[in-house]
Amino acid sequence: MASEEDVLRTEIRWSYVVAGATALILGAILFAGLARGINPPSNLERIDPKTLHLTGEFAEGNLGTRVAPNGDVTVRIVTTQFAFVPQCVVVPTGRRVTLRFASPDVIHGVLVAGTNVNTMVIPGYVAQVHSTFTKTGDLLTPCHEYCGLGHSQMWAVVRAVPPDRFAADAEGRANCDRL
Amino acid sequence: MIASRRLVLAHLWTAFIAFAAACVLGAWQMWVRSPLRPPLATPENYFLSVTAHGSAMAYVLTTFFIMGFGYYVAETALGRPLPRPRIAWAAFWIAMLGTLLALGTVLSGRATVLYTFYPPMTGSAVYYVGLVLVVVGSWVWVGLMVEAMRRWKKAEPGRPVPLAMFATVANAIMWAWTTVGVAAELLFQVIPAALGLVQSVDVGLSRTLFSWTLHAIVYFWLFPAYIAFYTMAPAAAGGRLYSDTMGRLTFVLFLLYSLPVGMHHLFMDPEHSTGFKFLQMVLTAFVAVPTLLTVFTITASMEIAGRLAGGRGLFGWIGALPWHRPMVLATGLSFVMLFFGGGGGLVNMAYGMNAMVHNTSWVTAHFHLIFGGTVVIMYFAIAYAIWPSLTGREAGSFTRQRLQLWLWFIGMMVTTLPWHWLGLLGQWRRVALFDYTNPTIAPWAPWVIVSFVGGLILLVSALLFVANLAGRHVPALRALPPRYAQSHHEASHVPTALNGFGFWNAAVAVLMLAAYGWPIAQFFVEPSPGAIVHRVDR
Repeated sequence: MASEEDVLRTEIRWSYVVAGATALILGAILFAGLARGINPPSNLERIDPKTLHLTGEFAEGNLGTRVAPNGDVTVRIVTTQFAFVPQCVVVPTGRRVTLRFASPDVIHGVLVAGTNVNTMVIPGYVAQVHSTFTKTGDLLTPCHEYCGLGHSQMWAVVRAVPPDRFAADAEGRANCDRL
Repeated sequence: MIASRRLVLAHLWTAFIAFAAACVLGAWQMWVRSPLRPPLATPENYFLSVTAHGSAMAYVLTTFFIMGFGYYVAETALGRPLPRPRIAWAAFWIAMLGTLLALGTVLSGRATVLYTFYPPMTGSAVYYVGLVLVVVGSWVWVGLMVEAMRRWKKAEPGRPVPLAMFATVANAIMWAWTTVGVAAELLFQVIPAALGLVQSVDVGLSRTLFSWTLHAIVYFWLFPAYIAFYTMAPAAAGGRLYSDTMGRLTFVLFLLYSLPVGMHHLFMDPEHSTGFKFLQMVLTAFVAVPTLLTVFTITASMEIAGRLAGGRGLFGWIGALPWHRPMVLATGLSFVMLFFGGGGGLVNMAYGMNAMVHNTSWVTAHFHLIFGGTVVIMYFAIAYAIWPSLTGREAGSFTRQRLQLWLWFIGMMVTTLPWHWLGLLGQWRRVALFDYTNPTIAPWAPWVIVSFVGGLILLVSALLFVANLAGRHVPALRALPPRYAQSHHEASHVPTALNGFGFWNAAVAVLMLAAYGWPIAQFFVEPSPGAIVHRVDR
């Protein structure tokens, strides 16, 4: 049977394997984060849940999709028990889109099925994610964090359309009704 | 039979009754989520059930099992009576009172906030106070474990603390650290809100405090499984533990790296910067180290047993192991589930990939496979192993025990593998009723039915487990002393650092300050606008 030195030697060899495996995993994540810019949503932007619907970007008239004069596309959505406002938003495919969410009441979360859009929406903070949509169609966009008894009925639609069908009005607004 | 048998049995039975009841709820929940809609399938009932299932499994099964098993180890591994048994009983009744208050409130529908609370949603204060009492009971247990080890070291100066007890105290100390986060959240934020003393809550702070507890609590649950791997499985297999020192190192690394990593639950949260998420992600990767060391050491220990039993060749020793023994079988099945569950965990941990799976069924699958699978199957094996020394009676045969373990393994795989797949398709979690007419959701239906069948298999296994423990046992032919594995090379001396926890406590403090110092301080330096309390109990 193995001597105490043999045991030690085997264990040290195995610890190289462990160190190598850990380094490989961390290396892959580091590469994705630094070289490909894949990082979690962390914009640390505060907003008062009690007043966000009264003035500013999350007042009702400013919600939905907006194209800035420089061409940037931003979508603003309020998540509230138990609905997304607006319930449908339109985005162009093949263009970088910024999505901004805020909650006036409890914790919500949002994911867009089949995309990398996924964030918590914490009252007190603006949640912001960027994405470039590739698939067209009505993408299922549920609230994915328990927010009360109506949680299961809380969902929205992200309507991804080809760039030639995406049209904004004179003020830069685009919405699902116009399609 | 051991002196504190009544104390240990009281804890274990409380744990297992809560467990069996929670399995009934779990199977019913899968039925509700499927297109087969059972009776009483309303959101009210579903979320009440989820809250009860989570609270019973995560707080009652685990805490009572770990306390009971700790008392057992303290007496049997140290070979001394338990210090202060009356205080241990007092702690039991405190935790029992807390359990009854918490679960009673949930069942009355006044605390449907799920077991992870989610302030500013706020249920009845009685629910939270009940859970605090469970934790208070466990704090008394922490003190008793530390005292039992201290008395033993005083009586046996210079000798290494037996590995099973060393690990139990490592877990107790880790648990004391772990509970600080959730205790602060409950005592300073949630309970004042539930009592109506404050009208708003800083949700960023409450989530951060809860994350402090969230990862380490899982390692608190996991410790007994690892104690069984190191100190029971090699003996059951007829071999020896390959390395006692590696066991000590593993338990110390768990103490160290379970705590400063909880923010990986907040990767998708907006209240923290990328820097601290990245730091805690790196520390999370280190948690894989003690598990990889364990896989090696236990496999090597099993190989010793297999070769002693006549196994030859590179893999021949595997077939030569005594798989008919429940402890050996459970260890093997546990490792298979650890392989799948651990792989899923690596995806969760990779903070970019996390966006694909966050809050989907993938996560539900991951923690059911790791906790419900890898860990709980070892709770079964431990119960089967120690039952004869608690009751003085032996199971007539191992057949029903093996059947129960296989059913649990198969049920867990059938339940959770479809969940992983559905999570990748975008199925989000914590939903009572899916709209199966939606074209995105419709194709999920068959897979949800498959996992409901898995849930039923788990329920059968859970009931069989209780029956196996309560059922007819034959009186033992001889006294049944507990058996712990001997080390391949008996540890006659170990470094002081691996025979106590003073140094490691200091190290945990430094790591926690680095990992959580600013993330918590930021909420006081620049307070966030509070969220208004939303009551669900009226």
